[in-house]
Amino acid sequence: MAATHSPQRRHSPELKLLASIAFTCTVVAYVAALAGPMPAWAGIITPESGGSSNANSIAGLYLIVLIIAAVIFGAVAGALVLFLVRYRARRGHVASQVRGNTRLEISWTGAAALILVVLAVLTFSRLHGMVTPAASGDHAGAVFATVDQPSAPGGHALHIKIIGRQFIWRFDYPNGAYSYEELTVPINMTVVVDIYAVDVNHSWWVPKLGGKFDAIPGYVNHTWFKITRPGVFVGQCAELCGQHHAEMIATVRAIPLAAWEAWVGRQKQLIARAGVEGQAAHAKLNSQTGAAQVENP
Amino acid sequence: MATRAAPLPQIASHRVERERRDWTSWITTTDHKRIGILYLATCMVFFLIGGVEAVLMRSQLAVPNNTLINAEHYNQLVTMHGTTMIFLFVVPVWAGFANYLVPLMIGARDMAFPRLNALSYWLFVSGGVVFYASVFWSPPDAGWFSYTPLSNGTYSPTAGQDTWIYLIHLTGLASAIGAINIVVTIATMRAPGMGWGRLPLFCWGILTQAIMLIVAIPVIGAAVTMLLTDRHFHTCYFDPRCGGSPLLWQHLFWFFGHPEVYIMILPGFGVISEVLPVFARKPIFGYKAIAASTVGIAFLSVLVWAHHMFTAPIPLVVLAFFMLSSMAIAVPTGVKVINWVATLWRGSIIFKTPLYFACGFLVLFTLGGLSGVMLAIFPIDWQVHGSYFIVAHFHFVLVAGAVSAVMAALYYWFPKMTGRMLSESLGKLSFWFQFVGFLVTFGIQHSLGLSGMPRRVYTYNAHMDWGTDNLISTVGAFILATGVLLTVANVVRSLKHGVAAGPDPWRANTLEWLTTSPPPVHDFDVIPKVLSVEPMQEIRAQIAGQSRAVDRQRAEARHARSVAAIVARSARRDA
Repeated sequence: MAATHSPQRRHSPELKLLASIAFTCTVVAYVAALAGPMPAWAGIITPESGGSSNANSIAGLYLIVLIIAAVIFGAVAGALVLFLVRYRARRGHVASQVRGNTRLEISWTGAAALILVVLAVLTFSRLHGMVTPAASGDHAGAVFATVDQPSAPGGHALHIKIIGRQFIWRFDYPNGAYSYEELTVPINMTVVVDIYAVDVNHSWWVPKLGGKFDAIPGYVNHTWFKITRPGVFVGQCAELCGQHHAEMIATVRAIPLAAWEAWVGRQKQLIARAGVEGQAAHAKLNSQTGAAQVENP
Repeated sequence: MATRAAPLPQIASHRVERERRDWTSWITTTDHKRIGILYLATCMVFFLIGGVEAVLMRSQLAVPNNTLINAEHYNQLVTMHGTTMIFLFVVPVWAGFANYLVPLMIGARDMAFPRLNALSYWLFVSGGVVFYASVFWSPPDAGWFSYTPLSNGTYSPTAGQDTWIYLIHLTGLASAIGAINIVVTIATMRAPGMGWGRLPLFCWGILTQAIMLIVAIPVIGAAVTMLLTDRHFHTCYFDPRCGGSPLLWQHLFWFFGHPEVYIMILPGFGVISEVLPVFARKPIFGYKAIAASTVGIAFLSVLVWAHHMFTAPIPLVVLAFFMLSSMAIAVPTGVKVINWVATLWRGSIIFKTPLYFACGFLVLFTLGGLSGVMLAIFPIDWQVHGSYFIVAHFHFVLVAGAVSAVMAALYYWFPKMTGRMLSESLGKLSFWFQFVGFLVTFGIQHSLGLSGMPRRVYTYNAHMDWGTDNLISTVGAFILATGVLLTVANVVRSLKHGVAAGPDPWRANTLEWLTTSPPPVHDFDVIPKVLSVEPMQEIRAQIAGQSRAVDRQRAEARHARSVAAIVARSARRDA
């Protein structure tokens, strides 16, 4: 044992150096995390954010984990390069026949476990902001981010039903309106989303509005977002759903509440008019070809 | 080329009649070494095919709105590439190395069931042939994990999907049979003295992998059979229209699929554990910790499958469980990485190509492991799942991990298999191309995923701003491909023109280096007694001791002769 301990003592400055680097980086990480993710990094080294607060919390958590990971990588890669340079074969140099060191091995197993405990605690402590919907501006909403999500403070929220199908997204609004491809929502209102699929699996993902949630036939998935400024947010289907998966784009347009109410009214008119025109066209086609052949418009 | 001189004479075979070398003998062979070579050669072919598919996909994605490959063909390429690399390259390539090396490393003369061994190779080849036959009709296009309902009869009506199912059955059966063979061989045929604490770490990796195969393969076999009956016999396991569940497929697939990840990487861990000590000229740091963490990883790997399903409709508490179990698996993996780095500490490191690939593995696999911890945190996974971030992550683990280990293994054991060294300069050049090419290709893909690019899209719009990153990634793919081709060229060239290796070119630790290169059919003339985890150390010392004794005897004899001559001369003079 003495033979394995003495080299350890001799090289303890190296270990101290690595430990102090790790400590410094952790402090920096903590400070950076308090400062919050910088928008300039979004989409380059952190996930997209800035649309909805849940996306921001995810990006914040990601940044902390990224910095911890960078510190660990720096320590491992640093030690590797240091050893490769320092212990390369030289004349007269004999490799020391160390077979291990139980104390060291137990301590780095413990350290690895400890880091993961820290990460788990960090995640759980921040989960609330990601899964529990924020209250709506003037109203408040009861909503879910996963199937068994806790309810939010009472009040209103806009409930939208999103239906994935090959290869287009459909959005059903609470008052009978619907739209395809583009979802229009009012700002400052919590939007609660129920996600369905009618044919194959799809996945709803608009990066700036939080994570993705799969649309699976026979199941309902849930998420939410709340947009505070008018804007357009682009996403697309994130689960291979067939040949034109790449073209299954989703857009979310956020506009002020009054404009949104006007938009819904207009949309309902358009739908009604399209229905009338469709019936007329159907009737015309029937008269030309005989009704039996066009059972299915 | 700095190969050291062949070591002192060792136990080797002479005038043993060799098996006939015409082509029919390759078909009928039950020799573990020839089956190993058949596996390795076949895998190399599939690796190149899979690589061409990858380069085609990267070429399509190099610029926005590209029209080189259409949507249909792109989805087929996605499916073929993933399936080929996993089922026809990484898993069987380890079967190839295991076949060749395990009996040699444990001091046995063949596998426990040689004919079963041949059967598993031919089943594997049949799987590959059936699957690639679909290229002439309609290749499958539902992705390598064939999520239902996309893979059912309604949405994938062509026979391509069925060839995928048969591929899983045939290669799965091959793996299961091979795994049973490996377990029995290692359990019963170790050389005298080789207790479990003296089993080489590569064999620990292979043994653990084999047990995992035995656990995981029946699950996927059952799942694809259910898919087959759903497609053709009107059952309803996975179809929601008649009461089935698409999530059931995901659970079954990933219950196999996650152990499969470790099935692909554990033998690689074994290779790194063999290569590092040999080139650092010191024993592995913490043999027991590395062996135990291998077993620990195998156990935990069957408890983490739902981390592939964090975005599916699953209760939060389940997500939390799978986050914690996935994090737990990082502990034994981290222990391994630190032990490997510690193996280099105070060594006397010799820079040969296998060591380059092993160190490349350490750097890149650590990155892949750390992004794996990020993915285990389910809110983060919600953002990056199904995006290019995932593509980057699993290529760090499987290309930088498994393929780097395959490269290290190839450069390390090629001399044993062929009797010739691979070129060091070409090998190092190949390493740098692969290392740089890999980082360029997949490093940038993290950013693509973070900025919202989903995986498996055949093209993207110019206004998404993904053009530059994709172009960088494509350039990297060509650099990486060049690196791989350099190794292929090295193999082809060295088969004929390589420097003769001798039995033990690296002064390595394990028994396969005792016999000639390539070994005779019966592997060893004499099965040695194993006294430690590095049996070749004692054997070399023993041989050196013997030859010193021989030298001493010769010197004494010479001395006696000269004394006798002097005595005789003086006697003559006296007379």
